[in-house]
Order: sequence, then C-alpha cells, then structure tokens
Amino acid sequence: MKKLTRTMVAALLAVPLMPGIASAYELVMPTLDYRTGPYAPNGIPFANGYGDYLSMLNERDGGIKGARISLVPCETGYNTKLGVECYENTKNEGQSGALVYQPLSTGITYQLIPKASVDEIPIFSMGYGRTSAANGKIFPWVFNFPATYWSQATVFVQYIGEREGGMANLKGKKIALVYHNSAYGKEPIRTLEKAAEKYGFEFLQLPVDHPGQEQKSTWLQIRQNKPDWVLMWGWGVMNQVAIKEAASIRFPMDHFIGVWWSGSENDVLPAGAAADGYLSGAFHQPGGNFPVHDDIRKHVYDKGMGLGDRDRIGEVLYNRGLVAAMWASEAIRKAMEIHGTNEVRGKHVRDGFEALEVDESRLKELGLANFTIPVKITCENHEGPGQVALQQWDAKAKQWKLVTGFYEPLREITGPLIAEDSAQYAAENNVSERSCN
Amino acid sequence: MIYRETGQFKANYQDDQALFPIAQDRYVIFGILIVTFAVVPAMLNEYWLNAILLPFLIYSLAALGLNILTGYCGQLSLGTGAFMAVGAFSVYKMMVAIPELGFIPLVLLSGLVTAAVGTLFGLPSLRIKGFYLAVATLAAQFFLIWMFNKVGWFFNYSASGMINAPPMTIFGVIVTGPHANPIAKYYLVAAIVAVFALAAKNIARGRIGRNWMAIRDMDIAAELIGVRPLIAKLSAFAVSSFYVGMAGALYFAVWLGSAEPTEAFDINQSFLVLFMIIIGGLGSVLGSFLGAAFLVIMPILLKNIMVDGLGTDTSLAKHFEFIIVGVMIIGFLIVEPHGLARLWRIAKEKLRLWPFPY
Repeated sequence: MKKLTRTMVAALLAVPLMPGIASAYELVMPTLDYRTGPYAPNGIPFANGYGDYLSMLNERDGGIKGARISLVPCETGYNTKLGVECYENTKNEGQSGALVYQPLSTGITYQLIPKASVDEIPIFSMGYGRTSAANGKIFPWVFNFPATYWSQATVFVQYIGEREGGMANLKGKKIALVYHNSAYGKEPIRTLEKAAEKYGFEFLQLPVDHPGQEQKSTWLQIRQNKPDWVLMWGWGVMNQVAIKEAASIRFPMDHFIGVWWSGSENDVLPAGAAADGYLSGAFHQPGGNFPVHDDIRKHVYDKGMGLGDRDRIGEVLYNRGLVAAMWASEAIRKAMEIHGTNEVRGKHVRDGFEALEVDESRLKELGLANFTIPVKITCENHEGPGQVALQQWDAKAKQWKLVTGFYEPLREITGPLIAEDSAQYAAENNVSERSCN
Repeated sequence: MIYRETGQFKANYQDDQALFPIAQDRYVIFGILIVTFAVVPAMLNEYWLNAILLPFLIYSLAALGLNILTGYCGQLSLGTGAFMAVGAFSVYKMMVAIPELGFIPLVLLSGLVTAAVGTLFGLPSLRIKGFYLAVATLAAQFFLIWMFNKVGWFFNYSASGMINAPPMTIFGVIVTGPHANPIAKYYLVAAIVAVFALAAKNIARGRIGRNWMAIRDMDIAAELIGVRPLIAKLSAFAVSSFYVGMAGALYFAVWLGSAEPTEAFDINQSFLVLFMIIIGGLGSVLGSFLGAAFLVIMPILLKNIMVDGLGTDTSLAKHFEFIIVGVMIIGFLIVEPHGLARLWRIAKEKLRLWPFPY
C-alpha cells in the first residue's frame, strides 16, 4: 500500500515535469467551452462541432497546409471569472501561442476584447459579443461576422413587418422582448427602441434573471399585456423554459422568434408537439447531410475520436460550432498565404481574418455548398454580410428548416448606433481610430 | 522549541502591547512580507500573477472586510457582493469623471462611498439580529444589484450595461486597463492588502475591536458595561464596507477590467466570501487569508493537476473539482469547526510547549 502511494505521488509529481515531445510546429487553438452548469445543454454541441471539424482537418488533410492543429479545451462553465483564468492559462500555450479565441459568451468576450488586443490574439465572437466591434477601425482584433445582434434585431422587425402585410402595419403593434438579464440579453434593446420609434410599434422589455429557470411572472406579464409578437434573447436552460411557458399560455408559436442562440433542438424538444412552428434566427443550414459531415463521420467518428454522439452530428448548434471552426481555419489558411509561412502567430491570423473571403465556390470545395452565406471581411467592416434568415421548428419531423431567404439588416438603424457605441469605447479607453487605407 | 519564548523579556509597556509580542511571529511576518514583495514577483510568471495571486489577494481583502463585521462584531451579512459592486461602480464613475486624482486615492474614496452605503444598510442591525439581519442584508444585495443594472447613469448608458476600466497610472506605471503590467498590478494590490491587513489587526485588538467583540459575545452584557451598540455596530458596518468596497474596486479595475453587475457581483459572490471566512476562521485576520486561499487557489490547482497533469477530460475534471472541494469543506468543518486559523492556533500552542507538553 505504502509503495503504491509512493509510486502514485511520484507519478503525480513527474507528469507536469515531463517535457513535451519535440514535434513539428502546431497550431494552438484553445476552446473555452462549457460542458457543466445551466448553459451546458447549448455549450456541449457547439464545442463538439468546433472540435470535431478541427480533428477532421487533422485526420483528413494533416491539419492546415500540413501544420497540425492542437485543440486546447478549457472549461469555463459560462462563468466570466473562469473564462479569464482559462484565457491566461492558454494564451501562451505551445510554440505558436493561442491563435484565435472563440469565447462563446458575451460576458467573456467583453473581458477579452481589451486583453486580446494587447496580447495580439484575434477574437472571433461569431454572431455574439460586442456589436460595435463590427467597427474594425476601433476594434482591429475582434471579428463578429457573419452578423451582429443589432442586425438580427432589425431583420426580425422586417420579418414581422412582412408577416403583418407591410412595414406600415407595424404601427400600433406590440412587440415584447424576453431577454437574459445580462450584457448578452441587453444588446438588442437599443436597436429595438430605435426601430420602435421609427415604425411606431410598442416595445415591451421583460428581463429574465440568470439562469432563467423561473419565468412564471414573465409569461404572466405576457398574458396580461398580450403582445402581438415575442422576441427572445435567451441561452441555456432559459430557452427551454420560455418555450414551455409560452406553450402553457397558448401563445402562438409562429409569433415567437428566438435569437439564433435560442433555436436548437435542445430548446424545443422539451416542449414536445406544442413547440411546433417556433421561429428563430439562423445564418446556416441545419442537418447533417453535407459532404463535410460525411468526412467527420469517416475520419473522426469511425476512428473513435469524436467528441460527442454520432447521431447528434448535424444539430443546429453542432453545425454552428462547425461553421465557426471552418471560418477560423480558413482565416489561418489565409494568414499562411499572406505571410508565406506555416508558422503563423496570433497577429498573422488577425491579418488572415481581415482578408478573409469565403465565397460560394470555396464553400463548395469545403463540402459546405449552400450551407451558409458568403463572407468577405474588410479592414473597416468586421461584421461581414450582416444577413440573417429565419428557421422554423417542425415538431412532427423533429427538424429545423430555413423558411425565409437571407434578409439585409436595416443599416440606417444599426450604422449610427455602431458608430456611437464604438466611439464611446474609444473615448473611455483612449483608443484612437486607425486608418484603413 | 521553535516557539520557545524563554529569554524574551518585555521590559516596558510598549513591548507588551506590540502587535506581535512573540519574536518568532515577527520574523515570520517579516519573512512573508519579504517573500510577497521581493521573491514572488521575480519568480512567478504572468499567469500566476494575473490569474491566481491577484484574485487571491483581492478576495482576501473582501474576506477581511466581512470578517470584521461577522467574525469580530457578530453581524451576519449576505450583502458582500452588493457592497463590492458599490466599490466597483463608484471607482468606475470616478475613474471616468475625475481621473486626475490618481488611482490609489480613488480606491480609498470608493471605499468611503461603500462605507456610507454599508452604514445605511447597517441601520436595521440596531433592531434585528441573527438570521433576520441576514435577510435584511440580502435585501441590500438584491436592491443594489437591481439598481446598478437598471439605472443607466451608473454604467454611463453603455448599450450592454457593462463597465470597462479605463487605463490609469501610478508613478507613470499603468495599473489598470489592458496595458497594465502584471507585476505593477500585483505590487499595488499586495501593498494595499498588506497595509489594511495590519490595520485590521490593530483595530481588532484596540478599543473599537474590543467593543465589537463584546457586542458579538453578548450584546446586552456589552450594553450594561458601557458599550454603545449604535456606535459599535455601525462602525463595524462602516469599516467592513470600507474594506469590501476597496476589494470591489480592485476586483473590477485591476483584476477583471470590465464587469456587469448581475454576473460579477451576484449572490454567489456574497456566499463565496462568507464561506471563506467560515472555512478560514471567524474573527481572525489570518483566517481571512487562509479561507481565500482555500476557495480561490485550490480549485485552480486541482483543475491544473487534473487537466494538464493527468490528462482528464475538462468536464470530468470540473465535476471532480466540485466533489473534491465539497468533500474538503465538509471534512475541514467536521475536524475543525472553528476554521483553518484555529488549526494554526492549536499548532502554535503545541509548538510553544514542545517538547515538554505538560
């Protein structure tokens, strides 16, 4: 027994001291994921999609242009303080250092925006985080394409206008926003206020506190105020509860629109058949039948290296993680082309993001034809296309389906707001605008 | 043997009333200060300074503050998170409005603002006691966080309700904001914590501290021997909130850099600091540090050992961490209900007598 203990202690002490086996240059990509806590139902599929795509690149192509990717997971539990600890822990990992961060949390993104620009590591907050980071002149290190919350909010307003038979009919309508009472949930408020002013609808704000398990009073208010449409900015367990509550007060599901973080299988399945017709934002297709999914099954899952369950490949959030990994790896590829070396660092990858162009033909090469919108990033515009579509849940078939085309956002609303908010950040933090010529 | 006091004569009142009457204690304190200020910054890397020692020191300050109120004066408070938020938001408003005052004065001022707010919320303590007081301070927690979340003036009407610490310098060295030097941040926080830990130790053994302890041990008896409960309780609230407010200011401005009220200062924050002083030891300055170390450093070390050392899956490691930390808390509380500081006190007593225990 004593001997066993001694060996175990020795092993424990020795493990951290063992030098890493000297190997070729690896591309370090940390993932701040959350597989525990109230946001795990959404965090797990995203992390699986992100990791599986990168392992597939390693197994199928030997990485990106021959440089293997080293995935470094760190558990944050969606907690900002742990996110900061993870960032500090992983940023100098390996020879390359962290190449890009995907915080998947608006709170952690806000923390990392100032830090990452000093450490010269780009942040890819794909469709979340600080909206005004779309202004590349003030936020050179942050990328939030393919669209921001503000763009999305204006798209929802347009969709509602369309369903009501024209934007003029929005006058006098009542639209409620059920939101996660945090930086994330508050993001769309200003945009919707401006839109309410412009189109004359009444705008109702209903905050839900973390983690969102208790929403009886919120939905009682909805019953009393009878809004014509309900929008939701929710995440984690809050989504399922809201959809169940909406079902229990018989709110018409096709008048209930979630942000694209409130529209995955996990969110609607608990409400069963009652969730039929629920809408949410989207910027990519659901489903697991694209050539890239076959490659993941073949090169990753058949070798027993998959992070999740095989039959959950192709869920909405799995595909979201996959598309995030795709854009990040394309940016690294671009960075290698620009700088003519495989040994890229964070600052090179930033250049790659800024010159990123993934058009339809490139998507086809990647096995993702018609999967998402083409993206082209420039120095000024880090939001990219800003287009958003809507998807609808079919409870019988248990499937999400895109039901609209991609809408252009109302830039006359979001543009001035982005300029104003980024100018405020610049003034408070003594950041000067860079020129983009 | 190690702690033998033979030959240490106290020839005058000053010696007898010294903060650390035993010579060995003085050496240990000097040793710790030397390690803190000379050895640690030279030895450790940015990760250790930024991600482990800064939160440890800041939580120690918060625990110290709560310990003054709960440990010394016996008033249970669940409003620590909110009082930290008061410190954070007041330092933010002042950093934006009057940065020319300098960072340290602003931290002290935000402590004073928090002291005023804390005294206000301490008023019910004159009438209600024990668990009922805990509920009253819980009201402070919910009301203040709601206010910081709701009233745009506090976060300068930013779109998301987040506050960001603008860069500030001390003697030309940047200590807040992203460009801050980790060593400078560490020195700043360590210096503030060292000064105020010594101050706390001094207050606690003086007249004010004795008044607090009298109130804690039996308030009616204290009143009869001439301790004024109004002054004693409210001063405990004020001093405690001053510490907690400074901790909140440093927590936001130096460590996190940006914060939103609902997540950074929620009720869990209050519980965390309360657990620190319960585990560390109520009514002990050392206990505040031990408790903060136990609840801040240990989970991170456990995670690093499991994930980086043993290669455990990250989510499995997190679940293990919950189990291990939970078991350790229960274990410590069974073995030593008076906290880690009490363990040290027993060890010290034994060492003073050793090797002749009787």
